[in-house]
Amino acid sequence: MFDPVILFFLLGVMAGVLKSDLKIPGVLYESLSIFLLLAIGLKGGVSLSQYDPSNLVDEAFIVLLVSCLIPLGAFYVSKILGGYSQADAGSLAAHYGSVSVVTFAVATSLLVKKSIDVEGYMTVFLVLLEIPGLLLGVLLAKFGTSKASWGHLIHEILTGKSLMLLLGGLLIGYLSGETGVSSISPLFFGLFKGVLAIFLLEMGLVTAGRIAEIKKQGLFLIMFGTLFPMFCGALGVVTGWWLGMSIGGMTLLATLYASASYIAAPAAVRMAVPEANPSTSIAASLGVTFPFNISVGIPLYLVLSEHMVKVIL
Amino acid sequence: MTQRLVTRKLLTIICEAGLEKELTNCIGAAGASGYTVSDARGKGAHGLRDASWSDNANIRIEVLCDELVATALLDKVLNDYYQNYTLVTFVSDVGVLRPFKFTKPAAL
Repeated sequence: MFDPVILFFLLGVMAGVLKSDLKIPGVLYESLSIFLLLAIGLKGGVSLSQYDPSNLVDEAFIVLLVSCLIPLGAFYVSKILGGYSQADAGSLAAHYGSVSVVTFAVATSLLVKKSIDVEGYMTVFLVLLEIPGLLLGVLLAKFGTSKASWGHLIHEILTGKSLMLLLGGLLIGYLSGETGVSSISPLFFGLFKGVLAIFLLEMGLVTAGRIAEIKKQGLFLIMFGTLFPMFCGALGVVTGWWLGMSIGGMTLLATLYASASYIAAPAAVRMAVPEANPSTSIAASLGVTFPFNISVGIPLYLVLSEHMVKVIL
Repeated sequence: MTQRLVTRKLLTIICEAGLEKELTNCIGAAGASGYTVSDARGKGAHGLRDASWSDNANIRIEVLCDELVATALLDKVLNDYYQNYTLVTFVSDVGVLRPFKFTKPAAL
């Protein structure tokens, strides 16, 4: 059975390819993204309230440390094999170093559908992984060239909509606990999947609009956008296994490592690395990696995690 | 009625939406007393800018000012932004009422 949210995405792609006049109004898209970010934050916060956050420090440190390999890998692969300039390779590194919240949401909904348990603190990793990879990518893009205005960039990222809402939701969920949030849970948790479906319809439309750009960029970008996430996903599975996570946790960590940002990173990178061509990174992250992850990647990371557990035990 | 109109410059910048904060700061720093920002869509050298995603959304910034401020802003845009960003800038003469609102105050 197909997951309806993926079918909504395909509907969007089809409407875009057929040049339908279907358009999700910008205001609705903005509203839906606010809802999704808050809901994911709240959900994570409620789960986190059942843990002692101080136990997470070691695990978070390792997850962050391993995640630094991703922008480094993306930078050198795209520079050496793809022949991209330092700025473009750095921009790709920043996009792949950061994470995609919607990909995370799709992975969560798949695990819920399959009744696979997940460590409640995975949302904390979602928040933590959003920033360092992005900064490392910008550093790689700027290394040895003109100086970047780091203060401005860090302010831009920290006060950006996505981090503000995720972190805000996480805190509200954590401080309120399960009973406190119960009064608003019908809106945020009950309607979550339906809202995600409409959001993916819009994502499908936007992805269809990138097809011409992907064709222009050539085969390397398609190969990079599919093979690189698979490598990062495998890295996530191994790291999750090493940290003793459950199958669900390993799958989600793999999804976080494999996903590429297309909301927070493009805005920050555009201002920090203006010489990079924004179309390249967004065509890769939104046009190739996002559809790959939600259709093939996430089920693959789940199978990998299950095998990893079976083989080792 | 038209006899009461005084000529000022209307500087229009059509650019990527991400530049809003930086450009409006420049406008304030150059001495303009205000500006108007609106969302814009269209097609040009960089293809269709249909606002379907944040990276292809445009804005239109309009500034009513005197020639001195308009020239300073044009120089700033030319030197700092034209190389790497998508921008169209043009200046036209317009008639305004209350011209003192659109004149840079003399330095003390």
